[in-house]
Amino acid sequence: MIQKQVNQKAWFMVLPVFLIVAFSAVIPLMTVVNYSVQDTFGNNVFSWYGLGWFEEIIHSPRFHDAFLRQLLFSGIILAIEIPLGICIALAMPKKGWGVPVCLVTMALPLLIPWNVVGTIWQIFGRVDIGLLGHTLAQMGINYNYVQDPLAAWLTVIVMDVWHWTSLVVLLCYAGLCSIPDAYYQAAKIDGATRLAVFRYIQLPKMQRVLLIAVLLRFMDSFMIYTEPFVITGGGPGNSTTFLSIDLVKMAIGQFDLGPAAAMSLIYFLVILLLSWVFYTVMSNVGEESKGGH
Amino acid sequence: MQLQLENVCKKVGKDFHIRDVNLTLEAGTLNILLGPTLSGKTSLMRLMAGLDQPTSGRVLVNGEDVTGVPVQKRNVAMVYQQFINYPNLTVYENIASPLRIAKTPKDVIAKKVQEMADLLKLGPMLKRSPQELSGGQQQRTALARALVKGAGLVLLDEPLANLDYKLREELREEFPRIFAATGSIFVYATTEPSEALLLGGNTAPLHEGTVTQFGETIKVFRRPQNLITAQIFSDPPLNVLPVTKLNNTMLFKSHVEVPLVGKLPELPDADYTIAFQPNNLSIIRKADSDISVKAKVAVTEITGSESYIHVDVAGLRWVVLAHGIHNIDIDATIEVFLDPSTFYVFDKNHNLVVTPASVSEA
Amino acid sequence: MANITLKEIAHSYTGESENPDDFALKRLDLTWRDGGAYALLGPSGCGKTTLLNIISGLLIPTRGQILFNDQDVTRLSTEQRNIAQIFQFPVIYDTMTVFENLAFPLKNRGRSKKEIEPRVIALAQMLGLENSLHTKAQHLTADLKQKISLGRGLIRQSVNAILFDEPLTVIDPQMKWELRSQLKHLHKKFGFTMIYVTHDQTEALTFADEVVVMYEGKIVQVGTPEELFEKPAHTFVGYFIGSPGMNIVPCELQGRTALVKGQSIDLGTSYASPTSKNVKLGVRPEHLSLNPPGEEGLPVRIVKVDDIGRHKIVKVALDDAIFNVIMPEVAAMTGDMGSLVMSSDHVNIYVDENRVTGGTL
Repeated sequence: MIQKQVNQKAWFMVLPVFLIVAFSAVIPLMTVVNYSVQDTFGNNVFSWYGLGWFEEIIHSPRFHDAFLRQLLFSGIILAIEIPLGICIALAMPKKGWGVPVCLVTMALPLLIPWNVVGTIWQIFGRVDIGLLGHTLAQMGINYNYVQDPLAAWLTVIVMDVWHWTSLVVLLCYAGLCSIPDAYYQAAKIDGATRLAVFRYIQLPKMQRVLLIAVLLRFMDSFMIYTEPFVITGGGPGNSTTFLSIDLVKMAIGQFDLGPAAAMSLIYFLVILLLSWVFYTVMSNVGEESKGGH
Repeated sequence: MQLQLENVCKKVGKDFHIRDVNLTLEAGTLNILLGPTLSGKTSLMRLMAGLDQPTSGRVLVNGEDVTGVPVQKRNVAMVYQQFINYPNLTVYENIASPLRIAKTPKDVIAKKVQEMADLLKLGPMLKRSPQELSGGQQQRTALARALVKGAGLVLLDEPLANLDYKLREELREEFPRIFAATGSIFVYATTEPSEALLLGGNTAPLHEGTVTQFGETIKVFRRPQNLITAQIFSDPPLNVLPVTKLNNTMLFKSHVEVPLVGKLPELPDADYTIAFQPNNLSIIRKADSDISVKAKVAVTEITGSESYIHVDVAGLRWVVLAHGIHNIDIDATIEVFLDPSTFYVFDKNHNLVVTPASVSEA
Repeated sequence: MANITLKEIAHSYTGESENPDDFALKRLDLTWRDGGAYALLGPSGCGKTTLLNIISGLLIPTRGQILFNDQDVTRLSTEQRNIAQIFQFPVIYDTMTVFENLAFPLKNRGRSKKEIEPRVIALAQMLGLENSLHTKAQHLTADLKQKISLGRGLIRQSVNAILFDEPLTVIDPQMKWELRSQLKHLHKKFGFTMIYVTHDQTEALTFADEVVVMYEGKIVQVGTPEELFEKPAHTFVGYFIGSPGMNIVPCELQGRTALVKGQSIDLGTSYASPTSKNVKLGVRPEHLSLNPPGEEGLPVRIVKVDDIGRHKIVKVALDDAIFNVIMPEVAAMTGDMGSLVMSSDHVNIYVDENRVTGGTL
């Protein structure tokens, strides 16, 4: 008897969460699914289109280009931010007045809203009034992110590194701080080099936080929208049109609701799949070092 | 209050953590759960507290079934191995916290906290924060918090394990007095037989989730009904000698012959296990009837006033407990002496068949 | 390998100071012979870890010098001192196998594979690790991990000393004696100077030939286990060693006799009259016995009898002075009277907490 009552109460406790999740996630997602299988000619008249939009998107060169661009961007971001973050974390002081100073400095970029970051770099890089753009132009370097795709890419990448490396640094720093002093002492006694200390003590002990850092940075960079949109608007041409920018162009610019819905579902599945691959691979590496079987 | 466990089992996956436990604990008693790590002490305590529900069996309080009742609704207090106190509250506030939750009037709280502080010698520390206290005082605070609500059942899970041994000695000495002052049922888990003996009360040795015996501590120690109880209740490890009785001889391989004295001649021919406490194995001959055995010294552990000499006898590991300090070289061969009148004999099912003469008289 | 000499070492965490209270380690002088097994024993906060860190080179003492043989190493780093240390929690390289862990110190010093392999295998056999040589170290139990960290110290045959910082803290009680026995064997075999820091008397007395007892930043006694038991140099040693510790009660000295609560006790030898009022008598529970009332001895009341199996601990009161008595068997019960007997050879006299001998002062 008693147990039954307890169970009933528990259901009521779960109800609010259930409702919130339903309204914030399940229902919007279902709406998107709904759009993706229908076609419309305006006036709220919809007709069944099956998997047509999906086929169209998957075979469209425009999607392929945006997808490859996106992959390249995330790859570059990870390749720069993870090693750089580890290096900065290693260089940060472990005690004394330097700790709060470094931590606050590191946290600053993370506190700035996305579109403000975009605006800062947009102005910073302008050839006429931006400090960076103007200086480079004066030095005779041909830098103009509005016209040159390479310059546009460099600007977006440098901006992302500036904005997000701190996150990797803070995570790695937390990982490093949790290593007991005895390990360093033992390594000294064993005559280990600095590199060996990194390879055999610091890196294995940072593995868990690195997994989190890679996942977060991958997902975030794969979904990047605001900053490149503010800086380049996806240009010049389509050179910085990443998946999410392309999606917004399609959905809001062209009002192609069906293809946009299909594309966002594909986009979502791709992120889910890639995150899962990252997670499995990295935790397998972890298991390997633990299991040894 | 009275706490009763009836055929209680706890299964996790395919493993039994607790198997068929039957225990009746009366108000005002101290009950010790004795066993090595992972023997099921904590699992059993969690079942008693209501933190876990048994897979089968019943838990009764004063004859009433409380099996499904969650811990919040039971009158239970618990003290852990770690010193768990609210770090940002003073000692006074820590002790008062359960009373505040129960909305006790202020003057009653003040009175009760003062009583507890006096009982646990925390009077001068009431205004300090727990971090400023020694480990022993922190554990006293945790204990005071557990006792102040007057819970009918107080569970202590190895409360002394994290303390220096001198502090352990001190608190152990005070515990019986503190327990006697309250009248609750106390359940006390420990891995140390000597702690159980010092605290007294009743003891339930635990082995792989089963209670092997239950009774007054000293009686369980003196009359273990089976070999496993005797082994759990011996620190250093019990000395064991497997023998075969055949045609009026009792032999361990060809190494040791046990003379058939006392009740030994009455036993039928079979395999037996002889067990004796380390303090009944000696490096000096005490009586003519002692059996002499050659042994190789593995290590001598010195506790300050006693020496535990670990020896190897034809592959058997024995321990001699000798008074005073004996620094015997490792790997030296020495003679050790067994007194047949101190033997416990267990049959091949490991049930007690012969009790030492000194114990049977008592 | 080396003799280790501590010369007038003192340390204060707040730097040089005139106030002696600032010093976590008060002035101490000590010499450790090459190849000896030593223990530093004391309660938490007594300064033993500070001293260990000074020896290992983690701390530079505020005052004094530390010498290895005749070389001043006070300011040398841990690596330069060539010592090994085993910590409270096993420190192993998680990603390496047991073999790689043991070989690591040699590999770092550029030894050839040919030299490393036989040495690692021989050592692993000695430590009982030969069956797990190629498993990842991370998966082993705490006692095996601790053996690996010990092995990394032993593999370098040139170390000056091996330091142990409460190495058995995380080891299961049942495994402890085995590791203790192995440690003694290894000490005998290798002959390294070993220094073992602990708060556990059993560990210190079992391991060491000579035990250094520390209390409140000072060394209160250096001695063999027998000396610590029979003739504690300080009341703290009497209390700390033995379970229960020594009975220590205030007394008055009158030549050959000590007066405790008005009862006189013969001391065997005569003592000079002390310069201080703080005089105490100390006697071990093992050296006391109880006779039936009326017989020879001090008249005492029995407060409590604890049967702990191998013997009984009887708590008796002489007026308000409490004595613990250890007896194999006792018929008396709580509340009874009895006569307390102590033999004069085992009575120690303390003036200002330090032991004095007959005829001195």
